[in-house]
Amino acid sequence: MRFKPDLTWADVTPKADFLNRRQLMKGAAAMGIGSIGGATMASANAPASIYSTDEEPNTLEEISSYNNFYEFGTGKDEPAEHAYRLTTSPWTVEIDGLVDNPGMYDLNDILSQVTIEERIYRFRCVEAWSMVVPWNGFELRQLLERVGVQSSAKYVAFETLVRPDEMLWQNYDILEWPYREGLRLDEAMNPLTIMATGLYGEELPKQNGAPMRLVVPWKYGFKSIKSIVKISLTEEEPETSWNMQNAREYGFYSNVNPEVSHPRWSQASERRIGGGFFATRQPTQMFNGYEQYVASMYDGMDLSENF
Amino acid sequence: MQQVSQTCNGLCRAIPVWVVYLLGFAPFVWLLIQLFTYQLGVDPVKVLEHEFGKVGLQFIVGGIVITPLRNWTGINLLKFRRAIGVLAFFYVLAHLLVWLVLDIQLLWGEILTDIFKRPYITIGMFGFLIMAPLALTSNNTSVKKMGAMSWRKLHKLTYLAAPAAAIHYVMVVKGWQIEPLIYLAIVGVLLIARIKLKQRNRSAARV
Repeated sequence: MRFKPDLTWADVTPKADFLNRRQLMKGAAAMGIGSIGGATMASANAPASIYSTDEEPNTLEEISSYNNFYEFGTGKDEPAEHAYRLTTSPWTVEIDGLVDNPGMYDLNDILSQVTIEERIYRFRCVEAWSMVVPWNGFELRQLLERVGVQSSAKYVAFETLVRPDEMLWQNYDILEWPYREGLRLDEAMNPLTIMATGLYGEELPKQNGAPMRLVVPWKYGFKSIKSIVKISLTEEEPETSWNMQNAREYGFYSNVNPEVSHPRWSQASERRIGGGFFATRQPTQMFNGYEQYVASMYDGMDLSENF
Repeated sequence: MQQVSQTCNGLCRAIPVWVVYLLGFAPFVWLLIQLFTYQLGVDPVKVLEHEFGKVGLQFIVGGIVITPLRNWTGINLLKFRRAIGVLAFFYVLAHLLVWLVLDIQLLWGEILTDIFKRPYITIGMFGFLIMAPLALTSNNTSVKKMGAMSWRKLHKLTYLAAPAAAIHYVMVVKGWQIEPLIYLAIVGVLLIARIKLKQRNRSAARV
């Protein structure tokens, strides 16, 4: 349950689990899973990241059958049912705004210039449930450094694909499409912030935001926008979907914080998915347990004002 | 139309009330079977909580549809109204218990804050508290003890519980989702129908 960054590589993941994951990855590779080749997967020889938690990850079934991805339905099980319609290849990401090299970047091109690694992160939904997810992905800062962020840029805005004939719920005004999210530049450059392209060493399931999604582990899950097609560097704070829908309930920052309640429910504790029918709630940690890596970014800020 | 309603009413006379109870408990049993055979997905607690709540709301709608239905179509399901009401309370109680015991897990600090500070839970609890005396007095002894008039007056509280339940559902979901809004619309239409009916009866009585 504790975060132990001071331990060695081997301590981060129990060896048996580590081997199991390697076998999984080898198995996946042998079966030819992954249309983007091995690029979405961490190298089997790479050491475990210091940013990974040693908590037991949720199973692939849990992670890929319990999703909030309103483009494919509002029920937790609906994305797993409907996301198969999504065409993820070819995939192009438009990068624009205050960057030196704006343009349309093919996903394969993006992946060819970054280092994919495994990050086992706690994932805390604003709805007060949580999971532990073994992502594969790369630090967002690698991509941002490649495209060249200009000094006037202060924020990064992200947009999800709009394709109502594949994302059928985009035909309804549940939210204003496209789904959009944003980070302050320092948050985007934080080494914890990754673009995930895989899960358990396999290609990211479509319901989890294939082919590429953001993962910001110290913020509520809705900040971790899925199936990204556009990244813009801006000077102004970008509009974000849930904030547009209900600014009183969802702030721009949305950092996990047990002391700041959602207007409709407490955030003091959470239910860990997969713990069984009688699993006890566990206390929610400040910044979802990533306080030592991120708290300094918010020095002097009133976190209940800037929720 | 008259023929249809007469056939229906004939059928209703033939069906004993216990059949409605039996059918009414079917969703409960079905959910338990699914629970024990691991078919409720990775978060069975939430599924039970939401399904009990939704079935409860469906029975509430079933309860308030009876009078307008008789008025519009001549189909008379009055005989089953008590069973439908009691079933509604059963599911609402199950919904509440799952929330208290399995979801929020009797953390009374959080529960009390939720009830008093969070409008959707306040409204939900309000609906439950209204329904409790109605369920407790859903027997012939109570009708006799209270007298038919005051019993009827008490049970008019259903028309407060129904919108409370529907609003609770609309408020609990994130964003404007379609399904809860449909329930709210149905409850709204039925309430308006009921009010219109009452006004008409009143003016008819004056003539």
